Amino acid sequence: MTWMEQSDTCSCVLLRLGERRFALAADQVAELAAATRIFRFAQNTPEIDGVILRRGRVVPVCDISEKLTGKKLGKRRFYLIATRRHGKALDWIALPVSGDCELIRADLTPAGPSDSPHVAAWLSHDGEVIEVLNLNALAPGADFAQPEHSSARSPEAHP
Amino acid sequence: MRLAAVHKSSPVRTEQIILFRASNQLFAISSASVQEVRSVDSLAGAAVEISEPSLDKVRHAIRRGERNLYVVNAPLHFGLQATPAALVFLLRKVRVALLVDGIEKMTTMTRLQALPGTFCHEERTWYRGLTVLDQNVIPVVNPAGFLTAEELSMLDAVTAPPSMPESTGAAGAELSL
Repeated sequence: MTWMEQSDTCSCVLLRLGERRFALAADQVAELAAATRIFRFAQNTPEIDGVILRRGRVVPVCDISEKLTGKKLGKRRFYLIATRRHGKALDWIALPVSGDCELIRADLTPAGPSDSPHVAAWLSHDGEVIEVLNLNALAPGADFAQPEHSSARSPEAHP
Repeated sequence: MRLAAVHKSSPVRTEQIILFRASNQLFAISSASVQEVRSVDSLAGAAVEISEPSLDKVRHAIRRGERNLYVVNAPLHFGLQATPAALVFLLRKVRVALLVDGIEKMTTMTRLQALPGTFCHEERTWYRGLTVLDQNVIPVVNPAGFLTAEELSMLDAVTAPPSMPESTGAAGAELSL
């Protein structure tokens, strides 16, 4: 069986960045929060805009729109709060999104060798083929860039 | 899909901190790591100029007993625009004097959150973590993060002992920043 023939059904959250829609595995999504005050302090990680406070937790804001669409997100209506595993701990990231998000179940087609690293899989929804994002390839974090984590390209899709 | 509330189990431990400004931004430092707070003017006679192009943030040294303290410009250290400094924090346990714009206030923090793993550059050395005060997120600086051992060795090599007056001695270079 080739990678093209493999498929897996999982829950995903559809998010909108400008005119385009992307998806994130639902088990990587903690919540959708309204745009809130962003705090900035001196730091040298260019992908991070600042941090927001969410339920007492400091969550870094990472605008992935420019990497994915070539444009910075002008209008931020919501933050999709995503998580990724960091050893035994979870890392929280706030992704600015420009529209409502939608929870769907879809069949995933794993990414192929020629796909960009930020593509974990593909899904088809409403006649549109949508990239399922690999957060590790989009958001910074030295530990996540290590080769031993490269197997985490596919989303943590569990029924 | 709700974010779990942050777990609060251990008894509340507090830490005295000094909130200070550098280049109009707010930072915190543990009071315990500050040995002395002096005005820039009071150190003017004791400071010796250093010219080390690879280390722009350090332009002066102060002789204290047998050792040099290196004056680190806080805005330059954090990659911010240089501003006129009014105060110097002489730090404890490290050979650093920190130039800052001024003190905002002294207060207590009850919780220090680790810097999220998404931050992956120099800020990991700069900060011990982040604290939340009055609904503001404040970075808590790491006193050991201002100069590396290599930088200290380099500065020691640059500041030859004969050129260093004692802090109580004759006037040295003006500490004008």
